[in-house]
Amino acid sequence: MVAALVMVLAIVATPREALWLFAIHAAVLVTATVTARFGVRFVLTRLVIEVPFLLAALALPLFGPGERMDVLGIGLSIEGLWALFNIAAKATLGLLTSIVLAGTTEVTDLLAGFDRLRVPRVMTAIMGFMVRYVDVVAGEFTRMRTAMRSRGHEAGWLGQLRPLARGVGALFVRSYERGERVYLAMASRGYAGTMPAAVTEPAPMATWVATLAVPVAAWVAVAAVWMAR
Amino acid sequence: MSTPTISVEGLSYTYPDGTEALADIDLHIHAGERIALLGPNGAGKTTLILHMNGILMPQQGSVAVTGLRLDHRSVMEIRRRVGIVFQDPDDQLFMPTVWRDVAFGPQNLGLDHDAVAARVERALDTVGMTKVAHRPPNHLSFGQKRRVAIAGVLAMEPEILVLDEPTSNLDPASRRELTELLTSLDITQLIVTHDLPYAAEVCERAMVIDEGRIVADGTTFDILGDQQLMRSHRLELPYGFSVPPR
Repeated sequence: MVAALVMVLAIVATPREALWLFAIHAAVLVTATVTARFGVRFVLTRLVIEVPFLLAALALPLFGPGERMDVLGIGLSIEGLWALFNIAAKATLGLLTSIVLAGTTEVTDLLAGFDRLRVPRVMTAIMGFMVRYVDVVAGEFTRMRTAMRSRGHEAGWLGQLRPLARGVGALFVRSYERGERVYLAMASRGYAGTMPAAVTEPAPMATWVATLAVPVAAWVAVAAVWMAR
Repeated sequence: MSTPTISVEGLSYTYPDGTEALADIDLHIHAGERIALLGPNGAGKTTLILHMNGILMPQQGSVAVTGLRLDHRSVMEIRRRVGIVFQDPDDQLFMPTVWRDVAFGPQNLGLDHDAVAARVERALDTVGMTKVAHRPPNHLSFGQKRRVAIAGVLAMEPEILVLDEPTSNLDPASRRELTELLTSLDITQLIVTHDLPYAAEVCERAMVIDEGRIVADGTTFDILGDQQLMRSHRLELPYGFSVPPR
């Protein structure tokens, strides 16, 4: 987790003109994904999440300031093109970093890691509850949809909206009530306002060295570029 | 007679909307007993068990657990002594892994790491769930979740185990395994259930609660055999069942 954060910072600190440096970052991350034995599909489906941001960034060269150049008859701002490249490259690389982290680390280990990094207990508890109950709530939603369909409600865009919105409202109330029952169960086992800490083994030195090697390599390259300027 | 494990005297409770949930309840449960609490929906069963560990405080009357009277000072100790297993295990298993969930209670007791680990391992071993210790609860089957929920309560080392509808939603095999587990435990138990054959199988004594009152208290066979009593409190054996003559 620390390694991922340091890596993302390295990527952000990379000057946008340093093309070959981005290539190095990409090479390092691709090596990491290959080492982790992720399939191409696994990585690509997870990269889809950045598409909306990239679409928004596409406006930059169209409306950007400064000197312009013609591409296929459309006037594009050079400044804007650089900004687009900067966003696209950094977003993709940053995302790749978090894919490596999320793909190699169990959610429970991530939470325990946050605990060890002294993230406030309330935050990790909330994240833990979210992870724990997302399946339960999703299951309830699926059953509700099945029940709606079984009584003749079919997906027609606008007509579907009203009952669906009611369903989401009902789901909210149900989840709220579940929250109360969970609290009762917690109180019954002696909960008095603070969550107990996760009991975890500290990561061995070898793990630290291995995981930090990736971002350190990236930082060395970044530092070299900044010094050369 | 020795100090009862649970002693409830003159307990009454009225909900804020004026509904009278419990009216002048008296009951005693002694160490080593396994008792069924029977009654129709809305009879006050859940309200009663929520008084036993101080989630609800008595408005009138008193609750005492092995001689310790329930009040605001004793409530934490009462909650350790009375372990409640709730109906929906998804409500009870809220931590990211089985191990951490079972550890939740002992950690709240302020035990050190080794003592917590020892209790977790013993509790998981008792319910036969040691092999799933590091799995997240949402990956377990319903029957496994129920067992882990029981382990989480056993890890508190309570003096009485209160189970709310333990057989609900279990398939017949899981139900039988639960019977084997509960009858093997050397602990006082109060089992709230609609499952009358189960009550007959597991509990020697039964109480019937209806409209907030205890209306019968005796051996499970006598109660299930009293057709007049059963009919008047909306209790029915499933089709094809009858109490064997003795």
